[in-house]
Amino acid sequence: MTSNEQNWTTVIRPRTGWMDIDLKELWQYRDLVFMFVKRNFTTMYKQTILGPLWILLNPLITTVIFTVVFGSIAGLAEEGVPSFLFYMSGNAIWSLFSACITGTANTFVSNSGLFGKVYFPRLTMPIAEVMISFVNMAIQMLMFAGFWVWFYFFGQEYGALSLSPWFFALPVVLLLVMLLGLGAGIIVSSLTTKYRDLAIAVGFGVQLWMYATPVVYSFSDISAKSPILGTLIRLNPMTEPVLLFRNALLGCGTVSAGWLLYSAVFALVLLSIGVILFSRVEKTFMDTV
Amino acid sequence: MSLENNTAREPVIEIEGVKKQYKLGQIGGGTLTADLQSWWARVRGKEDPNLPIGTDSRLFGKTFMALNGIDLTVYKGEALGIIGRNGAGKSTLLKILSRITAPSEGEIRIKGRIASMLEVGTGFNGEMTGRENIYMNGAILGMTRAEVDAKLDQIIEFSECAEFIDTPVKRYSSGMFVKLAFAVAAHLDSEIMVMDEVLAVGDMKFQQKCLGKMSDVAGQEGRTVLYVSHNMSTIRQLCTRCIVLDQGRVIFDGNVEDAIAIYMDTTDVNVVKYELADVPRMNSGAGKRLRVERLDFVGKESSVFAAGEPLRVRIQWRALHHFDAVNMKLNLHYRDSTPIGITHPITLGAADPGKLYTTEFEFDSSILAEGQYFFYLDVFERELASAVCLDKPAKEFAFEITNVDRAFPEWSSGWGRIHFPPVKLLSSEGSAE
Repeated sequence: MTSNEQNWTTVIRPRTGWMDIDLKELWQYRDLVFMFVKRNFTTMYKQTILGPLWILLNPLITTVIFTVVFGSIAGLAEEGVPSFLFYMSGNAIWSLFSACITGTANTFVSNSGLFGKVYFPRLTMPIAEVMISFVNMAIQMLMFAGFWVWFYFFGQEYGALSLSPWFFALPVVLLLVMLLGLGAGIIVSSLTTKYRDLAIAVGFGVQLWMYATPVVYSFSDISAKSPILGTLIRLNPMTEPVLLFRNALLGCGTVSAGWLLYSAVFALVLLSIGVILFSRVEKTFMDTV
Repeated sequence: MSLENNTAREPVIEIEGVKKQYKLGQIGGGTLTADLQSWWARVRGKEDPNLPIGTDSRLFGKTFMALNGIDLTVYKGEALGIIGRNGAGKSTLLKILSRITAPSEGEIRIKGRIASMLEVGTGFNGEMTGRENIYMNGAILGMTRAEVDAKLDQIIEFSECAEFIDTPVKRYSSGMFVKLAFAVAAHLDSEIMVMDEVLAVGDMKFQQKCLGKMSDVAGQEGRTVLYVSHNMSTIRQLCTRCIVLDQGRVIFDGNVEDAIAIYMDTTDVNVVKYELADVPRMNSGAGKRLRVERLDFVGKESSVFAAGEPLRVRIQWRALHHFDAVNMKLNLHYRDSTPIGITHPITLGAADPGKLYTTEFEFDSSILAEGQYFFYLDVFERELASAVCLDKPAKEFAFEITNVDRAFPEWSSGWGRIHFPPVKLLSSEGSAE
């Protein structure tokens, strides 16, 4: 009667083991990830006047403020490139990262209603959040391209512009930034099932992290003035991706392949820790949330 | 049935020694500082500042077994009913089966995909149209886009919402919402369906349609259905086998009628006095400002009444505040929890704080057909339309009505529960035509 013991598709056991993430199953649910992404864009801007324009307005205003405050008043963007583009590029890659963290940091707490009623691989939710952040950034980059072309042809007096060979490394670096954000975000989301403090701290923490990253200031200035401070800033895994991003698109500053590798390793380690924590929490978080 | 004894039947779910343990009391303070504070207090041997005052700290952190060793095998094509009192572990079992939470011990082996409907319309988004929600809900329940595409027409037709399918579901009536949600789940290609009383919604016609669909799913399509409900008539209609859970264990496993009989036996008609001071209340506000302390069936040794015999009930209650008008009603249910009706509000008048009131009333049960019933006591303030609940003990006061009229045949369950008084005959004449 029980000749086909091996044919079980699912075996449910108490929470054990370190890595319980079923990647095959995650792949089976890929349509769900796209549905979450689509849902975000179809519902986010319903019943708003400006609609999807908000995706562009937010970075545009931030860039203007950065340019005025940090560029013109404080004079922190001395790289020989138009400071408007300097800040727009820095803000674009930084908001990709911060959106990845803040979007995934509340996965368990804000979806507990849904998670409590139906099973699907929980990791689909943070992955969808990361993709949403990426789509938002891609839309912003179209606007960036427009400004770039304008400055290239009509804005020579603001500074020189050129693309560097690192341009071709951009897909890898953007992926790296997203994985870093995902890793940090799911660590926070796993810990917030028990301690809500982290959810509050995360917004503030991300803001502080930005000041430890050369987003609003020029890295070459700092490391020229104080090499030790330069090394410290480079220990931040987001530094090299930001430097590369600017070098690729604007042709300013330098990129170190060694530090880039460091960032990549950092991102993978963080992501692994995140996935392990996440898989430990997802099975029983309904009992503690 | 011959089908049940078929030796070739194939197990699709095997549950082995499954236990689920919960910690009593609040788990942790919720914030890191609160946990550290509690830890520091324990280290110094002081009282934990985060415990409710008066909590016995030895009880705190004690465990409670929601499931206490479940062994069960479910075979392909079965429609298994799961019944039991509140807190028997039905929902916990379904949650573990649908992988919402993990068991503490034991193992479950499943063959095939499980689609769980613990709630209707999980993941529906009001801003999205019916069609978008079908795709969304399908994806949440584990279907791929291609599978939903293939079933889309069937789903829309079943849901009876074809005209509104491109309207955002926030504009839907609740009935339409439920129909659409059920349609999606019922058309999943999953081998096993898990449902928690979802049929309790929607209009009568649609409910029957759902039950019919479920029977087809189990009988003809060879899929397996696990169904939890308090509604015995749907259990009867749908299930081929039934288990009864009590205190986290399976106390009966077998045919549906026997299971229902065992489940109902837990209603006690031999109790005529109830002490209510320490009984839990139905909602959190109840029993705070006014508390019913005692209820008894006056002058009875068992709460069995002959048809037409009035029910005399005495309650004792204490008011802790002043009330201008205290009212009360009885909510009557048949023993399988089907609601029968409510009484007209009984006005108890004004009440003063600290006083103990004894109220006696008589309820005319002659309209009830023979069978076992229970009622809930509902004490409230103001008119029924703007009632504020004062007390509602979570206690079922059971009683039985027996038929003494030998000339009248035994009551058939298909007749409902109301035995109306005789119809007044106005005229009845023969004519030559």
